Amino acid sequence: MGNRRTLTRRNFLIRGAAVGGAAFLGGCDQLSQSPSFRDLLYRAEGLTQRAQRLVLSQHSLAREFTEADISKHFKANGSTSVADPQYQRAAADGFTDWKLTIDGLVERPTALTLAELRALPSRTQITRHDCVEGWSAIGKWKGAQMAPLLQSVGLKPEARYLVFHCTDKLSMFTNYYESIDLIDAFHPQTILAYEMNDVPLTVPHGAPVRLRVERQIGYKQAKYIERIEAVASFDAIGDGRGGFWEDRGYEWYAGI
Amino acid sequence: MADVAAAPQHAQIVYRHSLMVRITHWVNALCLLVLLLSGLQIFNAHPALYLGSTSNPDRAILSMDAVQRDDGTFAGITTIGSHTFDTTGVFGLSYGPGGQLEDRGFPSWLTLPSYRDLATGRRWHFFFAWLLVLNGAAYLAYAAWSGHVRRDLAPTRSQLRNIGRSVWEHIRFHFPKGEDAKSYNVLQKLAYLAVIFGLLPLMVLTGLTMSPAMDAAFPFLLDIFGGRQSARTIHFLCASAITLFVVVHIFMVLVSGAWNNIRSMVTGRYIIVPDTGEAADGK
Repeated sequence: MGNRRTLTRRNFLIRGAAVGGAAFLGGCDQLSQSPSFRDLLYRAEGLTQRAQRLVLSQHSLAREFTEADISKHFKANGSTSVADPQYQRAAADGFTDWKLTIDGLVERPTALTLAELRALPSRTQITRHDCVEGWSAIGKWKGAQMAPLLQSVGLKPEARYLVFHCTDKLSMFTNYYESIDLIDAFHPQTILAYEMNDVPLTVPHGAPVRLRVERQIGYKQAKYIERIEAVASFDAIGDGRGGFWEDRGYEWYAGI
Repeated sequence: MADVAAAPQHAQIVYRHSLMVRITHWVNALCLLVLLLSGLQIFNAHPALYLGSTSNPDRAILSMDAVQRDDGTFAGITTIGSHTFDTTGVFGLSYGPGGQLEDRGFPSWLTLPSYRDLATGRRWHFFFAWLLVLNGAAYLAYAAWSGHVRRDLAPTRSQLRNIGRSVWEHIRFHFPKGEDAKSYNVLQKLAYLAVIFGLLPLMVLTGLTMSPAMDAAFPFLLDIFGGRQSARTIHFLCASAITLFVVVHIFMVLVSGAWNNIRSMVTGRYIIVPDTGEAADGK
């Protein structure tokens, strides 16, 4: 009698745990798709951003490594080529006629050739690239510093973000794009990189120019940049969340 | 051993857990469950672990992969160091929520969401990480203010002297009764202290070390843990240790008077069975 009761109770507990577990996981899947619950989860991003910005100063630099630390294998992720024929022609002749447009809320909209970009104040840094998937690789980047470039084109007072429009399409219909705010735009390690590991940026890594914004995750490091637009808000661009991956649920503030 | 004369003759109800301990216990339990499952979703985006700053694929210390066998079928292979294990169906290759075989590190019944969705896994993980930290901070503030750590968690000298006997009693599934049951036993205290002041803080710190922004703000984090990928590995190992703790914890709750234990963590009230000297285990 006593034994049977124990067994029944044990069975009850085991079955209860199994049913409860399945219900919990099923419930979590449903919550994951509920717009209002997603809104709740998304609020953590603002908290993370404010907390990290509180402990970061404008001068806190991402760690820089030595030549010996450079990764032999640096995976090229996302787009590794661009289908656009105009891009392919430009790539074939070394991007000599290629131009980077800087416009939007700037005093002096401009278009820079690669040679002009290379003549601007530059910075070289050996940094760690952290993919959102979890892997890390160290590379050496050389590029034009964003801060002096922005000073030369003159941001209008209402400009709050820089949007990076890219030539590659990761989905069928939309070009890749990214955005950063002015805190990151004016950070000394934020560069428009045209060299990786002492050679011109290759096509898989985003030739001719990609962004390095070292205190954020990999998907912020936009490749194949063709236009930088200063905006007051990115609500009207793409799905309005500030980037290709952001429109697909990833955080706009990707410091973590 | 409790003084038999002082032991209560009848079952006695004591107020065992304060409201603050009960609330923070259950919030913490929910956080750990969500963090484990969403953490495995995040792990599945790159199901391998490394030491150092970077993730050289040739130097993985653990990986879970789907590979094609010679006969054309697929297998899930888990590699730990130089050892490989066929873990088809569980690690590396398993049936997804849609019922088809998928290459995925951990199986769908251990990830949140069950289907592959790194973005949503990260949203869950960071939301509940904040909840865990705020809840933990509330608990620690309360514990310091109320004397909970000193009164309930710090082992006494005599407990530490008799630790061998406590181990022996546990092995034989004999649990304290009477006066002794009013406080945690020494193994319980040490386990709780290790989790509260060891594993959980390590979990938070190694989690922060994976953040490129936190690394810029506090570069010493990288030096403490030996690089971002080492921090990721330690994060995984600590999560495994906490999971092991929870499994043992739940097992002990069930075998040492399940309803009494669970009730005490819900209402605070715990029934003390008089110590009659016999192995009266209720059933």
